[in-house]
Amino acid sequence: MDLDKQIAEVIETSNSEFLAQCYELDAVPAFGSLVKTRSRDCQIYALVCASGTHSIEQGRRIVARGQGAASPAEVFKAHPQLAKLLCSDFRALVVGHDRGGVIREYLPPSPAGIYAFVYACKPEEVRLFTGSLDFLDLLIDSRLPAATDEVIAAFLRFASLTHEAPQEFLVKAGKGLAWLLSNDIRRLDSLLKRLRI
Amino acid sequence: MTDEIKNERRLGTVISGSLTQGVQVKLDPAKSVEDIAVGRYVAIRGEKKRFFGMITDISLEAVDPRALVMPPDISDPFIAEVVSGTTTFGKLRVLPMQTISAAAGGGEGPQPAKTVPAHFSQVELASQADVESVFGKEDARRFYIGTPLDMETKICLDMVELVKRSNGVFGKSGTGKTFLTRMLLIGMMQKSKSTSLIFDMHNEYGWEGTSEKEHKVKGLKQLFPGSVAVFSLDESYDKRRKVKSDFTVKIGWDEIEPEDIQMLRYVLNLTEAAVQAVYELAKEFTDEKWLEQTLQAFDSDSSVLVEKLKIHEGTWRNLRRGLRQLTRFKFLVRHAPEDTVKTILEYISSGKSVVLQFGGYDDIAAYVLVANLLTRRIYNQWREKVDRALAEESKQPDQLVITIEEAHRFLNPEIASQTIFGKIAREMRKYRVTILVIDQRPSGIDEEVMSQLGTKIICLLDNEKDVDAVLTGVAGKSELKAVLSKLESKQQALIFGHALPMPVVVKIREYGSAESYKTLGPLHGGTPRVNADKLDDLWT
Repeated sequence: MDLDKQIAEVIETSNSEFLAQCYELDAVPAFGSLVKTRSRDCQIYALVCASGTHSIEQGRRIVARGQGAASPAEVFKAHPQLAKLLCSDFRALVVGHDRGGVIREYLPPSPAGIYAFVYACKPEEVRLFTGSLDFLDLLIDSRLPAATDEVIAAFLRFASLTHEAPQEFLVKAGKGLAWLLSNDIRRLDSLLKRLRI
Repeated sequence: MTDEIKNERRLGTVISGSLTQGVQVKLDPAKSVEDIAVGRYVAIRGEKKRFFGMITDISLEAVDPRALVMPPDISDPFIAEVVSGTTTFGKLRVLPMQTISAAAGGGEGPQPAKTVPAHFSQVELASQADVESVFGKEDARRFYIGTPLDMETKICLDMVELVKRSNGVFGKSGTGKTFLTRMLLIGMMQKSKSTSLIFDMHNEYGWEGTSEKEHKVKGLKQLFPGSVAVFSLDESYDKRRKVKSDFTVKIGWDEIEPEDIQMLRYVLNLTEAAVQAVYELAKEFTDEKWLEQTLQAFDSDSSVLVEKLKIHEGTWRNLRRGLRQLTRFKFLVRHAPEDTVKTILEYISSGKSVVLQFGGYDDIAAYVLVANLLTRRIYNQWREKVDRALAEESKQPDQLVITIEEAHRFLNPEIASQTIFGKIAREMRKYRVTILVIDQRPSGIDEEVMSQLGTKIICLLDNEKDVDAVLTGVAGKSELKAVLSKLESKQQALIFGHALPMPVVVKIREYGSAESYKTLGPLHGGTPRVNADKLDDLWT
């Protein structure tokens, strides 16, 4: 994937999250990965917390077309209009922003711009963003379409790979979670079990 | 100091506490409780002052009590690492004892802590500079006694202050009291200009002693031949050991007074009535000859004498059995050829310390008899000497320190008020005589005497009564108790009192190797009277 090229466009936005439609079918960024886009005055970082592919028309159901075909690719070949009738999109949770070169791990003053381009973050940016773990505060109490703990675990696993010592990063993050979940040992236990790479 | 070192030293943050109970310190997640030891020194960076304190307790805590009932799955090493220091954490109790000026370069010097550091002050292991600023450096009056636990800094005792009061060395048998005492005596001789009279029951201090590993270590005479005289009670012992003592002590029957027998009451198993009979007998015979004549009376028909003095027959038998025990001491003669007390005082007045070795007489009766008898007479003469010096406004004699072992035999509550040692411990400070008591059973020593001891040096004690006895009246008693019970059984001691600013657990300086003798240095800060190298050649 060319990381300098936009992968999607914001089509629904609010202070805490946005919905972005991908340019290519099925080319959604990984669950739990970090993406960036822009608001009026800053760059926004967000976590991919749900993604999917569906019909562009709400009332029009997708029907199965592959009976007898050797692969899904053959279906698209037989029905070239499908690529235009379907779309992939993803929902991203805002976890911080960058204004004037300083990363702040809290909500930005303005939401992501509508039609703003969305880019996947480079490993270096992920490493920088996860230099501090203050974003965990925002994440832990979020209400998300997918289980919150799944998103947190997926992101931490994803981010750990950008660090020189992934295990050390995970222990540090784990300790951060242990503080936040000091009154919920069961949840902490299950979350920590998902942090294993 | 680099930040890296600081971080390595960092232990945690103050979370609560009080001046009397000590402050609670939450241990940083990166530090393991297993790396911390009770008795270690820490420095706390308060807002305005730097505090110096000692770890007195270590505990395990959990943020949520439920975590202890349903612990996370710590069989997974990752989860175990995460929860350590977060969900569960270590807590230290630190007793702040001194404040050091926060400004670099010291300021007014260490002061006893009168407050506690503010919330969330950072706590770190004390640096060498911290320890030095509290205990001072080795100098003309401070003697290096050992190092704090896990540190290389020297802990020094102010010997000039130490000898001004009576002191105690306590510890179970085999915990290193003798080595420690030998070190203290060397320190006193080197740094305080005091002279010592040592009643050396087990022949450990004079010429040579033995270590637990059965090899020989040098005694005071070998290290400082010009400043120490060895007196001996037992010539045959000297011959066996092939050493020559400076003086052989003989004590005349005519020197023993009824008071001396009274002190021996428990040792000789005499009844109270028998002791009373001794006084009657002394009155009956002439004062000086009473014992000799009494012993003769035991061998002849004594019915007239017994009748006359109205001594019960049982009492007479008790007395006979008791006093006859004294006749087996060969150092007791009809009349002593030389005046031992005068000789001891001559040596002491010329600045020489005297070690009185008991040789083969390692019997407690001989020890109590000789130590009491000599000390009482020395005390009287010393007192006269000091009074004379005061009247003539001339130079007072140097401090005299009398060292006694098995101190509970002299200072137990029944007799402490009567023995000379009790008197010295209580009031002889002003006459420039103090005692150094060495004992393994401090609970047997009179409370009043214990309370008068200036500095106490305590090796491992595990009897509850003994521990209570040595810590009576000490601030932070319960904390020190915890420290004391965790001392290693050898070469470690808790020291507190007059000669140092705060209690300290010390790993006692090494003694016994050629290197250790060299580091002891010269006497009185002058030129060495003995060349350690040459001594090694001679004695190894």
